[in-house]
Amino acid sequence: MGQRDRLQAEVARIAAGGPPHYHDKNREQGKMFVRDRLRRLLDPGSFVEDGMLARCEDPGMPADAVVTGIGRIDGRTVCVMASDSTVKAGSWGARTVEKIVRIQEQALKFNVPILYLVDSAGGRITDQVEMFPGRRHAGRIFYNQVKMSGRVPQVCALFGPSPAGAAYLPALSDVVIMVEGNASAYLGSPRMAEMVIGEKVDHETMGGARMHCTVSGLGDFLARSEDEAIGIMRRYLSYMPDNWMGVPDAVAPREPAGASPLSAIVPADQNTPFNMYRFIESLVDAESFFEVKKEYAPELITGFARLSGQVIGIVANQPAVKGGVLFVDSADKGARFIWLCNAYNIPLLFLADVPGFMIGSRVERQGIIRHGAKMICAVSEATVPKISVIVRKAYGAGLYAMAGPAFEPDACIALPGAQIAIMGPEAAVNAVYYNKIQELPEEERPAYVAAKRAEYAADIDIFRLASELIVDAVVDPDSLREELTRRFAAAAGKAVSFTERRCPVYPV
Amino acid sequence: MTQVTAPMTGVVYQLPAAVGAAVDEGESVAILESMKMHVPVPAPKAGRIKEIRVQEGEFVEEGAVLAVIE
Repeated sequence: MGQRDRLQAEVARIAAGGPPHYHDKNREQGKMFVRDRLRRLLDPGSFVEDGMLARCEDPGMPADAVVTGIGRIDGRTVCVMASDSTVKAGSWGARTVEKIVRIQEQALKFNVPILYLVDSAGGRITDQVEMFPGRRHAGRIFYNQVKMSGRVPQVCALFGPSPAGAAYLPALSDVVIMVEGNASAYLGSPRMAEMVIGEKVDHETMGGARMHCTVSGLGDFLARSEDEAIGIMRRYLSYMPDNWMGVPDAVAPREPAGASPLSAIVPADQNTPFNMYRFIESLVDAESFFEVKKEYAPELITGFARLSGQVIGIVANQPAVKGGVLFVDSADKGARFIWLCNAYNIPLLFLADVPGFMIGSRVERQGIIRHGAKMICAVSEATVPKISVIVRKAYGAGLYAMAGPAFEPDACIALPGAQIAIMGPEAAVNAVYYNKIQELPEEERPAYVAAKRAEYAADIDIFRLASELIVDAVVDPDSLREELTRRFAAAAGKAVSFTERRCPVYPV
Repeated sequence: MTQVTAPMTGVVYQLPAAVGAAVDEGESVAILESMKMHVPVPAPKAGRIKEIRVQEGEFVEEGAVLAVIE
């Protein structure tokens, strides 16, 4: 056979992946073959592959179980790494790791996003000396990820397992998409857990997609199918620039889809819940809201949207869940999303309706103070255009976490019913006048409390705060969209740096 | 049998549905008051209320079982 024929034969053999029974098993599990995933993900005819011939002299190791290369999505260049679960269960050997390290280096050089399509049994213990401990071994993949973080978007989709050390690959990506039923990530498998710590637990409970997207927070998007996961990956990139120096593409503006005007959505009574999704729907361009971590800590909503065609990142309290109070997990979710937007030049819009951070012994033990402080760090250092809207209330450190006036928002604007205070009237009157109330005869207390509350409400009246220049503007809800469009447009050229130092020492 | 649990620590403010009542998924089984907010506790699925384990005014920890739906 001549060399050209040999090449053709090799390419055909390698492109077919592993033995047929592993393809059958994939199909049974609702999984696509890795090359079909890439065909759906990338623009037709755009893919160029590196290292296809890795270990080509070993017939059992097509491409050493990973496909790496460069392609295009909607015309934009991306680097990809995709496990082939039909070859040694997608596990990592020496060449697998070298291929992953190289494609990461390419993404950094070319300043383009990298996509990790993971479906892998993890490192091959039998090959460990060649792939685990050394300078360009598996550890370098994670080192590279840390170095790339905030320079180029890193998007991970788990189509199958990503166990043990490989679990750091999703953890170090910007966002993780997980296919329900097939994706899993854990440091120790259920079998290992039983052997080493005596715990009996199934895969799903230990590290399934739903668990990670609702409880641990490792997952950002829960996909019902591989097709959906690929769709999410493509859509996510449409909100991202190519790298930290770019800005996301704008599109033609669309009117909001929400049927109700914003003025009809927010109840006047501070204690009554309402659905913040309806507010967002009536504020941003139709069908543009793209939520991140929807299933996790839903008392805080985070997601991308378009406002008059421009990409923004929204951080919004959700009074319909847990009263919109900030908890440990919601503070964590908020901080990470703010970092993500700040890294990739995505302007931030805060929609505040927050009674504060949760109090009580349970959350103190969970570290509510340091997690809240972490969100405050993220808000402080965000130098992208940022606007805080006090939709209904911002009490206590909730005001700080939602980019209140001290945190350098480009504007802090309030709707006319908004209240800004250390705490709401009920709690404040109780705190300040507790002894006095107790001294009064029981029948006189209600009138006294009502009078004090009215006095307090007048003291924190939003017109008073506007008069003191604490808020920059009080805006009618039905003018909010136009107001924000103009203000974000004005801030588009913002170029400030937060401060100079080696690295911050933030609470985590 | 589905347990309806407190989403956060607080005081039971109202119990809008009685034992034996049919509830739809998402309908409020209880309303808590916490952090001066009224926090509705929706039924995780449709069914009939078999048991209510708390009273109005009672303090409940996050995760406490408020009611059981069958």
